[in-house]
Amino acid sequence: MSDDYRKLGLKVGLEVHQQLNTKHKLFCQCPTELDEKVGNSLERYLKPVMSELGEIDVAAYFEWEKGKKFVYDVPLNSSCLVECDEEPPHPMNLEAIMIGLAITIALHGNPVDEVLVMRKTVIDGSNTSGFQRTAIVGLGGYLDDVEGRISIQTIAIEEDAARKIEELKDTVRYNLDRLGIPLIEISTGPDISSPEQAKRVALEIGQMLRLTGKVKRGLGTIRQDLNVSISGGVKTEIKGVQDLDLIPKIIENEAKRQRSLLEIREALRSRLDKETFLENFMFKELTDLFRETKSRVILSELNRGGQVIGIKAPGFAGILGKEVMPGRRFGTEVSDYVKSLAGLGGIFHSDELPNYGITETEISKVRETLGIHERDAFILIVGQREKLEKAVSVIRDRLAHAFEGVPKETRAANEDGTSKFMRPQPGSARMYPETDIPSIRITTDLLREAETIAPPTPEEKLDSLLKLGLNEELAKQVLNSPRLELFEKLVTKFGQKVPPTLIASTLENTLKYVKSQGGDINRVTDSVIEKILEEVYEGRISKDSIPSILLDYCSPGENRNLREIIVKYTQLSDDELLAIISAVVKESEQELRVKGEKAFGIVMGRVMDKVRGRAEGRRVAELIRRVLKEKSG
Amino acid sequence: MLEGYRGKALELLEKIGAEVGDVVEIVKNGLTVRGLLMPSYSKDDSILVVKLDNGYNAGFSIENATLRLISKGKSRIHPVTSEEKRRSEVKIISTGGTIASRVEYETGAVRPALSTEEILMFAPEIKEIAEVSAEILFSILSENMRPEYWIKIIQSVVSAFKEGNSGIVIAHGTDTMSFTASALAFALKKLPGPVVMVGSQRSSDRPSSDSTINLISSILLAKHGEFAEVAVAMHGESSDSHVLAHRGVKVRKMHTSRRDAFQSINDIPLAKVFWREKRIKMLRTDFIKRSDEVEASPKFEEKVFLLKFYPGLRPEIVDYLVSSGVRGIIVEGTGLGHTSDQFVDVFRRAEKEGVFVGMTSQCLFGRVNMNVYTTGRLLQQAGVTPLEDMLPEVALVKLMWVLAHETDLAEVRRLMQSNLVGEINLRHTIDLFPRWKYE
Repeated sequence: MSDDYRKLGLKVGLEVHQQLNTKHKLFCQCPTELDEKVGNSLERYLKPVMSELGEIDVAAYFEWEKGKKFVYDVPLNSSCLVECDEEPPHPMNLEAIMIGLAITIALHGNPVDEVLVMRKTVIDGSNTSGFQRTAIVGLGGYLDDVEGRISIQTIAIEEDAARKIEELKDTVRYNLDRLGIPLIEISTGPDISSPEQAKRVALEIGQMLRLTGKVKRGLGTIRQDLNVSISGGVKTEIKGVQDLDLIPKIIENEAKRQRSLLEIREALRSRLDKETFLENFMFKELTDLFRETKSRVILSELNRGGQVIGIKAPGFAGILGKEVMPGRRFGTEVSDYVKSLAGLGGIFHSDELPNYGITETEISKVRETLGIHERDAFILIVGQREKLEKAVSVIRDRLAHAFEGVPKETRAANEDGTSKFMRPQPGSARMYPETDIPSIRITTDLLREAETIAPPTPEEKLDSLLKLGLNEELAKQVLNSPRLELFEKLVTKFGQKVPPTLIASTLENTLKYVKSQGGDINRVTDSVIEKILEEVYEGRISKDSIPSILLDYCSPGENRNLREIIVKYTQLSDDELLAIISAVVKESEQELRVKGEKAFGIVMGRVMDKVRGRAEGRRVAELIRRVLKEKSG
Repeated sequence: MLEGYRGKALELLEKIGAEVGDVVEIVKNGLTVRGLLMPSYSKDDSILVVKLDNGYNAGFSIENATLRLISKGKSRIHPVTSEEKRRSEVKIISTGGTIASRVEYETGAVRPALSTEEILMFAPEIKEIAEVSAEILFSILSENMRPEYWIKIIQSVVSAFKEGNSGIVIAHGTDTMSFTASALAFALKKLPGPVVMVGSQRSSDRPSSDSTINLISSILLAKHGEFAEVAVAMHGESSDSHVLAHRGVKVRKMHTSRRDAFQSINDIPLAKVFWREKRIKMLRTDFIKRSDEVEASPKFEEKVFLLKFYPGLRPEIVDYLVSSGVRGIIVEGTGLGHTSDQFVDVFRRAEKEGVFVGMTSQCLFGRVNMNVYTTGRLLQQAGVTPLEDMLPEVALVKLMWVLAHETDLAEVRRLMQSNLVGEINLRHTIDLFPRWKYE
């Protein structure tokens, strides 16, 4: 497998973005928490501007052309005028810079001497300002992976974007709570050579970040972007991979796509050259051919005053239907461009027809009118006039690019491991200085402080876990767990009386058990676990009752009250236990006399049935022995 | 050129012959960095600012580093195209401020960006609204504005109307925009059309800038506005929904940074502009109508003073002001228009010296009334003139203009109390005071 990818010349670089768990946001004093409680909203428009080098960023321009309106929900608890873009940013959060420096040190990189905040143009509305503030804190460094050393290019601290709530036709709605939460971005060099290695490196970086104890956890707090290329292909940026397990599949699919696009290029070049294609490319309005059509899509557009345009794609017969990724054909790629760049619903092409209610007869008429020869393909588009004009030029450009190979684009990861066109790749023109924020000199004092919070290596950490008395398996589980930080906090708090092994197995095994029993463990917040362990610490409940309490708490349906459940499992006092034991002994008096030696086992079984979770077995046994002894004695 | 560099870094850069825009290479601690040398905006004189290939700038200290010049950059400085005279319906006079400038990072300089071409490139929609022409009058930060510049602006406005424009837009920094608006309002005695002052609170070099929307709206107002007054056109709320045209003598910047910082005080705005629909909605009918002529009298007396009263302010300050040659003082008094009664004597002496003393309120909202309390009456007897609901700054600019045209104290007093261009509102309805919203 890995050898195949080496032959293909697969090169992958990773960009890992992880939210930091700082006290405040990066450029204001708001807490770094999400907040659903919104009262106000704002409506804004964004337009691209020239960079300091006098260029307009192509990706930015592309978003602006869509003419979207952005609506921002403004939560009062986690946003202020800075997020509303109504107040200049405050000085950069030093806590976040410190974490960036600590990671730079851990990755053997070089901290910059002065941190300069940049504005990265982003006008999809996810930043109210129209740019994301970002700053490089470290350059260079490496990470040792079993398949070889992976170089680190940059370590940056940047602000997270606003949280998208919904996307309508001409409006996108965001919540401002997430905007401004500090992110660390670690970019590796294109040194990863197999899909599996990419996943492993992502895991390793993720673990290192967790070991700082200063990162957020949970869905959406870590995101991976992938830069993928093969020999002859082009570095393609795939954004927004949240599930690590998907990384290998996405890379495999992208490699396949680039290989297919190169094959398509060769197939086309053997038929005709780009100039001939462009000379013979033509389109015609075919609305009249479809007046009586059975195709519902076409009919409904025609009823709204739309038109049908037929496009001749010289030399493309069979190409549009060629699969480039599982379930995605070259025609899908073209269709994606049309959707995003021209705002049209999609295309019909000759390799997929007849279908969608379009008949053989209609196809023949189209072929005849457009003069389609055996080697040619045709594309039908339907919609409003302005959009159709735009679509024709988008299609011409995309098809023409097929003669060159893989276009430079940013793609969005789909949940099935494929990806789709998102926008043209942004250039460095999108960066210009954030003049509102003074630069920060990285002094030796700052660096010394950063060293103290630099994460230990996984080996060092594992050692310290073993020293707490965890066995190797459990220690490794904790090391790789997102709850590592919680574990350490709980050990510090309760470790005196609650064995670390119990805390670890509660976090790592008990929760899994509860989930396997159908419990909804999403209910189990950190504070729930903390509360339960506190009860153990105080001696009010037995450690054996933890699984039962969690199961009760997570049982589907009714919303259970933790306090009430705990009361149910509160430890019985010796007097209460003795009363229960005496009652059992009395009930079974006859039987016990007969059983002699086996009497103890019977009583133990029956008593435990009654008190399980509310008394330690060892103590129950002791008391039973005492009762039986008194009886016989 | 090596903008922003000083000391050690400057010395080293000069030695290797590097300039801003050149590609340089820094080797340090085994790390090699190549990039474009950028102007320095660092406090530390050992820092080089370099733009990396990925667009990021980062600072590197020259300590323990070796620096090499790799290649000379192309000059990226865009020449300012000279403006040919052209016929237009709306003239845009740019005076500086965020709306009219962009930072040129190659040189570090702020340069005016409002040539006609640039305006149209910046907001192509404008072509559909009006034929525009632009004049870059000067490029100064709003806080450096002075009465002598007001005179230049007024002269420019007059000639722009004489050239046949139907309205004028003045791009101006927001900090002192309402002072300039007042100066123009008093000095432009007859106007054939609107003079719309416009600014922006977010610089035009960012995608979220309010400048385009404000500019489009001001051009709409200048061309189609029915009023012949000086107005200030800025965002009506934090959202990009609409722009408000405030009467220039009734408006104040009430927030340091919000888009809707400008608010009409003791007044309602002249008009609301729905920029997307290109529609103007007049909010009142008592505006000054367009006339056929343009007439201006741009003279201002600068020997005036704006005195804010506070507990503990010593009365001798007034004696000092009088002896320094001041011809008029606007007092920003407390509440209904008071200072402590210790000021009665010094104000009386000022009046004897022929110095005008006028009273406004630091409450901003509401009108002064110096009859309600004894101190107010005593101050009036000492010669202090109550100035109704005029904003302190408006009263000050008005006094500058009045004193430049009148020497007789009684006449000065009469003019200061007359409503010349809408600066005094004698009727305050219940809806003129904002209610701050909170739960």
